[in-house]
Amino acid sequence: MRAIAEGLFTDETPARLVGGRNRETGRIVFPCPPGESHEPVALASEGTLWSYTVQRFRPKSPPYAGPDAFAPWIVAYVELAGEVIVEARLDAVAFDEVKIGMPLRFAPAPLDPAAADSVMIPAFVPAGATA
Amino acid sequence: MSGVCIVGVGIHKFGRTEELSGLDQGVFAVREALADAGIEWPQVQFAYGASDAAGNPDTMVDRLGLTGVQFINVRNGCAAGGSALFSAQMAIASGQFDIGVAVGFDKHPRGAFNALPSEYNLPDWYGEAGFMVTTQFFAAKIMRYMAQFGISQEALGRVAEKAFRNGAKAPHAWRRTPVSLEEILEAPLVSDPYTKYMFCSPAEGGVALVLASEKKARELGKPMIRLKAATMRTRPPHSFEVFAPSIDVVADDSGPRGTATRIASADAFAMAGMGPGDIDVAQLQDTEAGAEIMHMAENGFCAHGEQEQWLIEGRTEIGGALPVNTDGGCLACGEPIGASGLRQVYENVVQLRGHGGERQVPGDPRTAYSHVYGAPGVSAVTILER
Repeated sequence: MRAIAEGLFTDETPARLVGGRNRETGRIVFPCPPGESHEPVALASEGTLWSYTVQRFRPKSPPYAGPDAFAPWIVAYVELAGEVIVEARLDAVAFDEVKIGMPLRFAPAPLDPAAADSVMIPAFVPAGATA
Repeated sequence: MSGVCIVGVGIHKFGRTEELSGLDQGVFAVREALADAGIEWPQVQFAYGASDAAGNPDTMVDRLGLTGVQFINVRNGCAAGGSALFSAQMAIASGQFDIGVAVGFDKHPRGAFNALPSEYNLPDWYGEAGFMVTTQFFAAKIMRYMAQFGISQEALGRVAEKAFRNGAKAPHAWRRTPVSLEEILEAPLVSDPYTKYMFCSPAEGGVALVLASEKKARELGKPMIRLKAATMRTRPPHSFEVFAPSIDVVADDSGPRGTATRIASADAFAMAGMGPGDIDVAQLQDTEAGAEIMHMAENGFCAHGEQEQWLIEGRTEIGGALPVNTDGGCLACGEPIGASGLRQVYENVVQLRGHGGERQVPGDPRTAYSHVYGAPGVSAVTILER
């Protein structure tokens, strides 16, 4: 699995997101900023939906690097209890079944689902989903 | 601050004016404001100019006259116009100057602002993955607010409906055709729960205000519109702002988080010696329909969740208990960043002078409130009194 950027996911299987813990304050952010100020930390794999929207049009390129073919997707903010709220895609759920507070599980998704070797981006699915 | 008055206002119509640069529109507004104040450019002792994307404001001295006047450019995100006004009033309140200008203008390309991650200190992948889209932030913010405080999508529609209805009555507005609530709600979604009518668009326009000391204002013989408070504030910890790959967790997340708006608003009311109940008309940042709803509460005009009923009862209509965005706000006027905050103050001066025509707030309003909010978590508030 190839992440869209280095240092975004852990190398283990299944992978986890990598956040950064401020060495002075303990505050966790995502992604881990470059430099010495933050220590990389593997974030929780499970969380709950804090808020969301549906991206209904293809974002402008640049910067968007996804495929020309566009289907709307869910943009989610996922609360990882006691750590941080991260922004990611939400897959494997119908738009009208999304509920704030629903339990979610980290499951990286391809930026281009039609490509064999697509880079993977941060994404979650409902905790019970098999995706 | 009772010593600072607004003695002249000018505006170039918002929207799209292909044949004029942003600067041209700023110059137009300054000339109109000078004429309104009954003064000439050589009498102006200083100017603060705001523009985000349309060049350096001070270059307008070429057009207005090379009088050697002090002219300072202000670039401060979405609070640029408010910051120009704040700086101008300080120049007078300090006693250094008696009369000066705050001007703001802008001219943005069509469509959504196209931001690049590097401009925001974000990694490239964030944009490549499709997260560098401002509308996502606005939508995610209101989605949580609606769930927390029981606000419906119909309430968002009512705000947009009011904006276009008011804009139709404001000569300087861009969108001047009323749109029915049904059409607003059934329009294509841009970013759930917002349909295309619920977002403002980047635009063009120019606004200028002439500020004077109270003594100077009396000499000019203009109606005394006093600037009772002007504040500009930045965000507190844990706020949720645009282009956020992560947000802080907090111990109790059941209520609304702190915002720059709440700080700017509370400080402005304290400075003016007034409370929200004393305000007769308000212009609140409405980048999107939900912003107006959240800002009604963040500025202290109602409790979180009361907005649904306020909108159903028409309390924020021009004839209501607290008219909000009487010229249609950003939704009807568009958002030229440098000019937007000054447009609100322009509209408030028009209302306090009783010159609002078809959109005039009835009952002889004496106090007016303006509020800007935007990237990167900044807010500016003014309170005027006649």
